[in-house]
Amino acid sequence: MLNSFWNWFVIIITVGSILACWWLLHWTKGVSDRSPDDDGSTGHIWDEDIRELNTPLPRWWLHLFNITIVFALVYLVIFPGLGNFAGISGWSQIGQYDAEVARATEAQESVFGRFREMDPDALMADSEAMEIGGRLFGNNCAMCHGSDGRGAKSFPNLTDGNWLWGGSYDQVLTSITKGRIGAMPPMGAALGEDGTREVVAYVQQLSGQKADPDMAAAGQARFQTVCMACHGMDGTGNQALGAPNLTDDIWLYGGSPADIEATINNGRNGNMPAHENLLHEDRLRLLAAYVMGLSES
Amino acid sequence: MSMGHKRLEKNIILMSVFIVIVVSLGGLVEILPLIFQDQVRTPAPGIKPYPPLQLAGRDIYVREGCYNCHSQMIRPFRSETERYGAFSVAGESVYDRPFQWGSKRTGPDLARVGGRYSDEWHVIHLINPRDVVPESNMPGYPWLLEGMVDGDLVQRKLGVLQTLGDPYTDEEIAAAADAVNGKTEMQALIAYLQGLGHARSGR
Repeated sequence: MLNSFWNWFVIIITVGSILACWWLLHWTKGVSDRSPDDDGSTGHIWDEDIRELNTPLPRWWLHLFNITIVFALVYLVIFPGLGNFAGISGWSQIGQYDAEVARATEAQESVFGRFREMDPDALMADSEAMEIGGRLFGNNCAMCHGSDGRGAKSFPNLTDGNWLWGGSYDQVLTSITKGRIGAMPPMGAALGEDGTREVVAYVQQLSGQKADPDMAAAGQARFQTVCMACHGMDGTGNQALGAPNLTDDIWLYGGSPADIEATINNGRNGNMPAHENLLHEDRLRLLAAYVMGLSES
Repeated sequence: MSMGHKRLEKNIILMSVFIVIVVSLGGLVEILPLIFQDQVRTPAPGIKPYPPLQLAGRDIYVREGCYNCHSQMIRPFRSETERYGAFSVAGESVYDRPFQWGSKRTGPDLARVGGRYSDEWHVIHLINPRDVVPESNMPGYPWLLEGMVDGDLVQRKLGVLQTLGDPYTDEEIAAAADAVNGKTEMQALIAYLQGLGHARSGR
């Protein structure tokens, strides 16, 4: 709300400029300053015979200008524009936005209302739900997990049926809604340079890669004191902590010796952002069902 | 047409004066009163001055010209709030000098990008956007990994902002240099991006 000074400041300048336009128009519409012989020109001649005419504004043009002035006045009566005067229509930007949202919500209700009654399996079997889920995935997930859901280094592949935080519908829904923080602490200092290399060898061996057996044996002992808290005694991981299974050949941060060494030395911080503030629950459910569908197809 | 009009058209100084008066009318009505409105000067709930690292990141955002392609202004249309979150309000930009609303969206709006992606995603994306978004036409900014934030400069900036009325405490300013020394420009920019738009979530 403008205070009284600014209210009148706006009203006076606005109305004053409109009236000034009208005055200017009618001040300049006539004809003056013709040449003495009054042949309808200003008396200027170029290139021997080109004369500059000086004639009144055409009537139709003048009336168009008058119409714009009338339009401005009518507009200011109907819509907000004159200081604090809200206009007789009561229109507001936020009011229009709210109406737009209400219309859309109502239209969506007929779609999402049906899905609300369905369990995850039914959602996965529903082609319309999967189509919507696919579009939601494209808009919200593909930037990290890829448009096909196959992920990339640092971003989990969602199609391989291998889950860091659990692959049930509820667990996937929680991952999307609340996000996940997968923190692998840096272990380089605790293990030392040689210790790190030994553990690398053991982790290689766990996943079926070739590794020096002596190094791996030494690494195993270290693994079972330092790493087992999260990755488990046998290296199969722990979904409650998001600790990956190290015995398969699936690598989130790369499986080369250099990658494994970097992971152990510097740690890793995986962060799946929470989407509860970004998407409505109706859509989160469809997304979770779509992601489930990705891994099962 | 009167003689007065003839004089106006032929005297360039007089004409200039009148032109200036006419073209400033719109600004006088639409901009000037707003500058004095509490609505645009009071911080929206949850809006605080930028912490030192985010402030450094914001200046990198400006330096690299991010505003040329990214707006930070979600308009009150459903098509926008569906994609980006709750529409922007004036009170969110009170500590932006100057604000980064922008006017062109070659890339998406960033007003509420904070928390939408992980820090690691931002690092990969800022080095080479195509690594995570194959169809992206955004340029890469790999040099941000090498540039370091100048702590003393950030500290001085906080001091200036305090002079301008931003509610930084003297303790915050004293601690500013240590808070950002040793950080790369990449870390600063990501801290800034991750801090954007948390105050009003939209869904």
